[in-house]
Amino acid sequence: MIDTVKNAEATPDQEQPYKELGLKDDEYARIKEILQRRPTDAELAMYSVMWSEHCSYKSSKVHLKYFGETTTDEMRSKMLAGIGENAGVVDVGDGWAVTFKVESHNHPSYVEPYQGAATGVGGIVRDILAMGARPLAVMDPLRFGKPDAEDTRRVLPGIVAGVGGYGNCLGLPNIGGEVVFDESYQGNPLVNALCVGAMRKKDLHLAHASGTGNKVILYGARTGLDGIGGVSVLASETFDDTAGKRKKLPSVQVGDPFTEKVLIECSLELFEQGLVVGIQDLGGAGLSCATSELASAGDGGMHVYLDRVPLRAANMTPAEILSSESQERMCAVVEPGNVEAFLRVCAKWDVIATEIGEVTEGDRLVITYHDEVVVDVPPRTVAHEGPVYHRPIERPADQDELQANTPDGLPRPENLLELIKIMAASPNLASKKWVTQQYDRYVRGGTVLAQPSDSGMIRIDEETGRGVALSTDCNGRYTKLDPYEGAKLALAEAYRNVATTGATPVAVTNCLNFGSPEDPAVMWQFEQAVKGLADGCAELGIPVTGGNVSFYNQTGSTAILPTPVVGVLGVIDDVRRRIPTGIGAEAGETLLLLGETKAEFGGSEWAHHVHGHLGGLPPKVDLQREKLLAQVLVAGSRDGMVSAAHDLAEGGLAQALVETCLIGEVGARVFLQGDLFTELFSESAGRVLVAVPRTEEQRFVDMCTARRLPWRKVGVVDPESKALEIQSLGELPLDELREAWEGTLPALFD
Amino acid sequence: MRVGVITFPGTLDDVDAQRAVRYADGEAVPLWHADRDLQNVDAVIVPGGFSYGDYLRAGAIARFAPVMQEVVEAAHKGMPVLGICNGFQVLAEAHLLPGALTRNHELHFVCRDQWLRVENNTTAWTTRYDRDAEILVPLKSGEGSYQADADTLKQLEDENRIVFRYVGENPNGSLNDIAGISNARGNVVGLMPHPEHAIDALTGPTDDGLGMFLSLLDLVVNA
Repeated sequence: MIDTVKNAEATPDQEQPYKELGLKDDEYARIKEILQRRPTDAELAMYSVMWSEHCSYKSSKVHLKYFGETTTDEMRSKMLAGIGENAGVVDVGDGWAVTFKVESHNHPSYVEPYQGAATGVGGIVRDILAMGARPLAVMDPLRFGKPDAEDTRRVLPGIVAGVGGYGNCLGLPNIGGEVVFDESYQGNPLVNALCVGAMRKKDLHLAHASGTGNKVILYGARTGLDGIGGVSVLASETFDDTAGKRKKLPSVQVGDPFTEKVLIECSLELFEQGLVVGIQDLGGAGLSCATSELASAGDGGMHVYLDRVPLRAANMTPAEILSSESQERMCAVVEPGNVEAFLRVCAKWDVIATEIGEVTEGDRLVITYHDEVVVDVPPRTVAHEGPVYHRPIERPADQDELQANTPDGLPRPENLLELIKIMAASPNLASKKWVTQQYDRYVRGGTVLAQPSDSGMIRIDEETGRGVALSTDCNGRYTKLDPYEGAKLALAEAYRNVATTGATPVAVTNCLNFGSPEDPAVMWQFEQAVKGLADGCAELGIPVTGGNVSFYNQTGSTAILPTPVVGVLGVIDDVRRRIPTGIGAEAGETLLLLGETKAEFGGSEWAHHVHGHLGGLPPKVDLQREKLLAQVLVAGSRDGMVSAAHDLAEGGLAQALVETCLIGEVGARVFLQGDLFTELFSESAGRVLVAVPRTEEQRFVDMCTARRLPWRKVGVVDPESKALEIQSLGELPLDELREAWEGTLPALFD
Repeated sequence: MRVGVITFPGTLDDVDAQRAVRYADGEAVPLWHADRDLQNVDAVIVPGGFSYGDYLRAGAIARFAPVMQEVVEAAHKGMPVLGICNGFQVLAEAHLLPGALTRNHELHFVCRDQWLRVENNTTAWTTRYDRDAEILVPLKSGEGSYQADADTLKQLEDENRIVFRYVGENPNGSLNDIAGISNARGNVVGLMPHPEHAIDALTGPTDDGLGMFLSLLDLVVNA
């Protein structure tokens, strides 16, 4: 029997499985107080999923407010939409707006690597589409356990194939991301997915259900039993009565990239013809989320006829229909006069479209099922006024001990030349070609830079050459040692990566991956990281436009390394002025090292790979210096003074040299002074290796000197040579280096 | 020069093929899969992607699209037709070209810059190249392994209908390193690599692919 509002009123004392659905006693009590009665099954399903950590941000909300508090009007001036919308939108000039966002799909990808990763890509792409933009490219920051662990061999190939399988078939170039290994991600890999899209400024769409009488149209795939998580509890409760032996479908959704590709083209045609008042994608929490958020953000109520929803399974209950996370669906608000034209466009693309409801007067979200009311709620209480927790926060007891355990006493190697090769072959520094060559980076013809460049770059305007650059970064070891500084370091590196390709950084998104919020030590890491990131953004003068929080990333009681992945968006007026990563593009290049090198090895790749050591403090970060460095790089790109540049990060100068030589396929002669181990392997922040044509060298170094940016000449490119030569150490043939750098991942995963 | 570029549901590289036509000073004419109308074009490109999701077998459904009936007829009358990647798979399914494309031998999707050797520079699409020229263009496919029976292979070799061959390590297990072939008349060419992604060194590895579209221009202008 369907549990209607009438029935709920008549049976106030009926027991409900709210605990199994993840609701606490006081949360359930609050729902009863809001409704002045017990919720129906369908209402309980809606509240439980919308008040989940994933949808309501109940543990993080109080901390995330800090992003807003630290964003000044000036930082906000280029922001067209920010936190709270499907994705942030930034004015990038010439009438163009760019929207970008990164989201996690960690837990589904562990359970079912291929589909988990695939639907992660699908979900973020629909978020971008829902802003009215054409999705242009994707990136995937991934993190795995130990590379040689049995489970990593299960999870990694599936996740990579899922990211590729979905993105390739969808026709979006994959232009970057990360692949990082650390034991802490064993049993809890991180799959973050980023999408960037562009639109003309006037085409921005927001998720509002305005205008009484407007119609609500659900279009895209049919609604099925896939992806029903907690709600399966309700389903079994209901169906045990009728002894229906229902086959449970996996709670990880199954993606259909072909349907999504058609959905994108269909939606863009609908936008172009001006047929859409408001739009929302269906992701986590399905129709529960889409209807309550649309209604909550609009100026009226909404009536939804649930029996009209096209289904792909028989006998689905209202609660199941509302909670299904079937993929590739969108919900639009359309003026009555445009419904016919809307349906015509959908028919052209063979997309199923159904009028499922309308915007009503008043402020209630009413959902009926065959004329019986199954939901009657104030939508804001579902979508925006969920519980807020002030979780206990406590600095971990062993944090001091961790920071006191510095890498200073670790034995230094005798043979530095050999160490360069060992580090180049280490899983975290090794070439990620095995992964990225499973991704299409060319489709749509706008990709100017992709992996292994410092940032991905996409042309958005073919006439002017205007484009955007994107980079994501986070070193979880740095964040573990000091979450505040570590988050700033992640920001600094993504910012620097964008500038290294010649683009001006303008906006930030993030995906905050942490352990359990019920652990005060994790909440301390979270609070510190949010503060560090927000303070860093304020200092750099670029706003956070959106983000995502993923808690409960842990195995047993052991949390992952705190991993606030930071994505930075940059703008370049003309992508023809991009700075490539590989040297050798121009005859006669000088290698310059910008920035200062100190002996900083806390959390370094060397300490991790060679000694399995994690302790001390991460490198110091100076954001004023990062700003100056970015200005110099952008000026170098604009005036054609820089022919190649590569950011120094994990593995230090040695790794940067190896990569710039191998990518450019030419050798170099390098001369260094002082302690060569520090020079080669320190991970001091704020440094970039640049190649300048000899004809531009004087002009470029004069500019650095005038702006007080420390620089040093460290070598020359040698187009005749097929080796990386380090003076006083010897030379490494590029063939040998390539074998070391490119051999690791195939050996592990083929 | 008017060149039709077909869009099926799931086609992805249509915008790229249209751009390549424009770079060769041609007019790109979008052709919709459901229309039985070639709009008086001089040539047709069947671009890459995943037509209808390619869930059954790559190209197997697209060959039945109304527009394909027109393409087959026109091809038999001598109209230049180029199938790229999924387009090659569609032309093979439509029997405009012999053989079939199967899963890559290592089972992964492969995206990489690939050297090709031009084996036949007399087709409608390859006259701008020198015979034996080596060109670098992107290859990106999961089902790119060219397969045919021994008689067909012999016939292709004997009649000089292998248009492109992979140079260096075979990326997908194609027989005889075949990257692209033509029909007997030389007006229909299919290849797995993507010349339309190599028309500008800014967004591709080279501009080596532009020669295919310029070859067509020469043919149409001199006709």
